[in-house]
Amino acid sequence: MLILTCPYCGVAADETELAPGGEAHLTRAGVESSDEDFEAYLFQRKNPKGVHFERWRHANGCGKWFHAARCTVTNEVFGTYPAQTLEPPKEILDEIVARRPGWTLETGP
Amino acid sequence: MSEPVSALGGAVFDGAVKVTELPPRAMFSLKGDLASKKIVKAATGLTGVDLPGPNSANGAGENGILWMAPDEILLMGPRTDQATAAARLEKALAGTHHLLADVSDARSVFLVEGEGSALREALARLTPADLHPEAFPVGAFRRTRLAQVPAALWMRDGSAVEVLVFRSVAAYVFGLLGHAAAGGSLSHF
Repeated sequence: MLILTCPYCGVAADETELAPGGEAHLTRAGVESSDEDFEAYLFQRKNPKGVHFERWRHANGCGKWFHAARCTVTNEVFGTYPAQTLEPPKEILDEIVARRPGWTLETGP
Repeated sequence: MSEPVSALGGAVFDGAVKVTELPPRAMFSLKGDLASKKIVKAATGLTGVDLPGPNSANGAGENGILWMAPDEILLMGPRTDQATAAARLEKALAGTHHLLADVSDARSVFLVEGEGSALREALARLTPADLHPEAFPVGAFRRTRLAQVPAALWMRDGSAVEVLVFRSVAAYVFGLLGHAAAGGSLSHF
């Protein structure tokens, strides 16, 4: 069971109160992009064994979308943060490094 | 105007906890900046109670303000002369960015009464929310789910919880609450 604290209303929400939204921090490839970039934007997703950044919606609650950093192996939650961010905030990254020494943020697709 | 009726006609279940379907209420969904003085004044002026903080609700009888989200509150009042109340709200909110909707027909309200621990346990059988008195004190309000459907719980006092659900699932929730209150020990809290 996964419990994520909604950064908007502060409720520690159970997994069953949330709706998953897939990988976070995707950059949309628009009509001006190449077919390869557009395909990557639509279909290619990270599937890491370990730290993963995800989108969730507090569906049975305040209804807001937020981001969460989670370990896909242990379900350990490193933190949640508002969706109005283009990249994970520093305190979340620091928390991950503190618990997973040597981990670095992967950039790009 | 036609007479509003509740979904289950005021059904009552009496067991380890008592479940009563309350009569229809006027409900207004108000979205906007809750720090705005005009919005606060409009809400408190209509209901006569203070604006509640996050995850809580203030009420007096049928009147109340429920904190739904960081930018949304639900105003409740008696189901009389809603048009006047709506017009009064719109007048008070004029010029302020907001969204006001009369949602009186959207939800059913159940009053669940019982001795503190039995009441909390009956509800805890249906929801993942932490209903321990420390986590869910009197005055607390939380949107969550009851079994398969979204619901909101409002701890009115130590022995009464108001449950808000969508009207279309009123019969389902009434059945759920009755079943949850039956059988087994209700003394874990």
